[in-house]
Amino acid sequence: MSGPRALRQSFGLRLGSGLFLGFWCLIAAFPIVWIMVMSVKAPIDAFADNPFDVLTGPATLAAGKGLSLLDLAVLALFAALTAWAATKPLPRFVATIGHPLAGWILGSLAFTLVWLTAAIWIATPLLNLDTAIGLKPLIGFTIEHYRTVWIDRAFWENFLNSVYVTVGVTTVSLTVGTFAGYALARAGSTLAFAILIAALVFRALPHSVLVTGYLPFFITSSEWLAPILGENAPTLYGQPLAVIAVLVAINQPFTIWMLRSFFQSIPSELDEAARVDGCTHFQAFRWVIMPVMWPGVITTGLFSFLLGYNDYLVTSLLLDASNQTMVPAIASFFNRETTTTDQVLAVAAAVSITAPLFLLVMIFQRQIVSGLTAGAVKG
Amino acid sequence: MKTSTFAAFVAPSLVMMLIFIAAPLFYVFGQSFFLTTPVTEQLMVETCTPGFLVQNCVQETKSQPKLDADGHIVTQTQFVGLQSYAGILEPAKAWAAVSALDYGALMAIDFWRALRFTLMFTFITLPLVLLVGLGVALAVNNTAKSLRGPVIFVSLLPFIITPVIGALAIRWLFVSDGLLNHGLEWLLGHPVSMFSQGWTIEILMMFFRVWHVAPFAFIILYAGLQTLNQDAVEAAIVDGASRWQRLRYVIVPHLAPLIIFVALIHLMDAYRVFDEVVGFRAEAHVISLQYLTYDFLVPDNTGNRSISRAAASSMLTLIGILILLIPLLRRTWAQHRGAR
Repeated sequence: MSGPRALRQSFGLRLGSGLFLGFWCLIAAFPIVWIMVMSVKAPIDAFADNPFDVLTGPATLAAGKGLSLLDLAVLALFAALTAWAATKPLPRFVATIGHPLAGWILGSLAFTLVWLTAAIWIATPLLNLDTAIGLKPLIGFTIEHYRTVWIDRAFWENFLNSVYVTVGVTTVSLTVGTFAGYALARAGSTLAFAILIAALVFRALPHSVLVTGYLPFFITSSEWLAPILGENAPTLYGQPLAVIAVLVAINQPFTIWMLRSFFQSIPSELDEAARVDGCTHFQAFRWVIMPVMWPGVITTGLFSFLLGYNDYLVTSLLLDASNQTMVPAIASFFNRETTTTDQVLAVAAAVSITAPLFLLVMIFQRQIVSGLTAGAVKG
Repeated sequence: MKTSTFAAFVAPSLVMMLIFIAAPLFYVFGQSFFLTTPVTEQLMVETCTPGFLVQNCVQETKSQPKLDADGHIVTQTQFVGLQSYAGILEPAKAWAAVSALDYGALMAIDFWRALRFTLMFTFITLPLVLLVGLGVALAVNNTAKSLRGPVIFVSLLPFIITPVIGALAIRWLFVSDGLLNHGLEWLLGHPVSMFSQGWTIEILMMFFRVWHVAPFAFIILYAGLQTLNQDAVEAAIVDGASRWQRLRYVIVPHLAPLIIFVALIHLMDAYRVFDEVVGFRAEAHVISLQYLTYDFLVPDNTGNRSISRAAASSMLTLIGILILLIPLLRRTWAQHRGAR
């Protein structure tokens, strides 16, 4: 170890700190990893008395569904390759596109697509290879719960609704929030500060308070919108668009605080110089600020994404069963948790909701960390 | 920046917040003093059943909702003052319970039960989140550089996971045939049921919240540790400060603004605890203030939503968070005045 001797730590302290960290990582990852393991086992195995039975899955094996040593090796290689691809070639690919926002959107879409095709493309020949060599399956593994959840129970519809709501929330709140964040960063007036304080109070509001305000209006909207929109005035209740508007508004306080701190880190001499050269504020924003603001916008966008994706309260109260998003839809799985089969289906649905977030952390770890710290250090 | 340009930039965001946050707030405030009920009318109804020689006829008065020309139920809205609030607070019952020192009777009223849990949840998780966050930040700062990336990745998982799903994941470990429940039974030597009484569910809910938010505290405090002035640490060593004294008098004061920031965010989020109640399906034993409002908003068996009761309970929830926030807002405002 380098550094002055007095800073050097005793062996006991280093051991203690290492053990604490290991313990924390175990607690942090364990519940998530465990539901992943449970979701690929037959119900008897998933809730077996012996934890080793959950891991190896004897009943699943007995049903003839399992992974051989070869499969496990390929799986481990595949996981390592994914982690490597997300941290090394993907950022390079994004850099070659030039525009950070377009780069990241294209990059993560391409990444997911390649990942999915690779997974499917590897799986089929691998199974054939196993039977050809005559390898015995070693560990129980089945994807039948996922098949039931996604196809028989039509979870893909909920997935599409989630995508719709999340993409809507992210785009609208970034567009609206960027302008406001920029203006708030550049104006030092008391009015600007009053807006920020009001936003802070709005950030603290329980969402149920707001939903109480919307519900009566949303349910009767076809009546009170009729004078303006005529015959085909929509009922806002159950409309994903209305939910997007609501979530954008709920998200605004956080978005403008975060974007404001990003814009404050861009030196104001930049746009002042443009103003001296004869640009209006809008032109200065368009030609000087926009090219350099993307890292901040991407980071803020990730948090908007999370809010839209993770919400339960607003979506469960304002959407009806026909266009439910994934998170409230899982209630229909665990509410009928009477048999272990139902429980394992709920587990598989839960893992399905977690998987995109898993990829998200893998790809955007650096942006998430920088976003968290940027918000804290400056405001 | 001119006021007109400022207004043009801020307008879209401000309009969104006014329509979807400020307006509903005022509406809910007003609505909490009114009650909307369907208008009923008393009808004399004669029901006859065929009998031998004569029909058996029974006349009775029935009250049924009045319908207008289109067949919609006619509703009326009337000013009821504080009646909705009284319906939730149940002051007479609560006062009787307090003066009789009957804790159980007070907890039988939903609102007081929810308030007790919400406040306890907020103030127990707050120090735990800060402690775990600071501990992990110090430990990560202490390990080899190559390990930090993977540790941060793993630590981010509980933070980023959907709260309802995270709560479910922990719940499945503790259900009667779950893994950790088996472990507990083996350890204690008798059957354990974590979800049949309130206090065990509360412990799990608090554990979940600490698990979920500690990574956030960790990332922020870790970033703060990176900007720690090494000279100050070395000066403290020269002065003979022990490791604990260095932490207490150099590192923690350096992190103080960040600790306050994390505490503020956590206070706001923990006070509106809701997802845990859904994820742990705790509604029979433990409810929070936000769940109370949610429960009024969910249609009951006849399809009615008790909007005015929800409005009243929303307002009561709001008062709580404002009381928690006021000292902090005054401080921020004073700082702003001082900075100019």
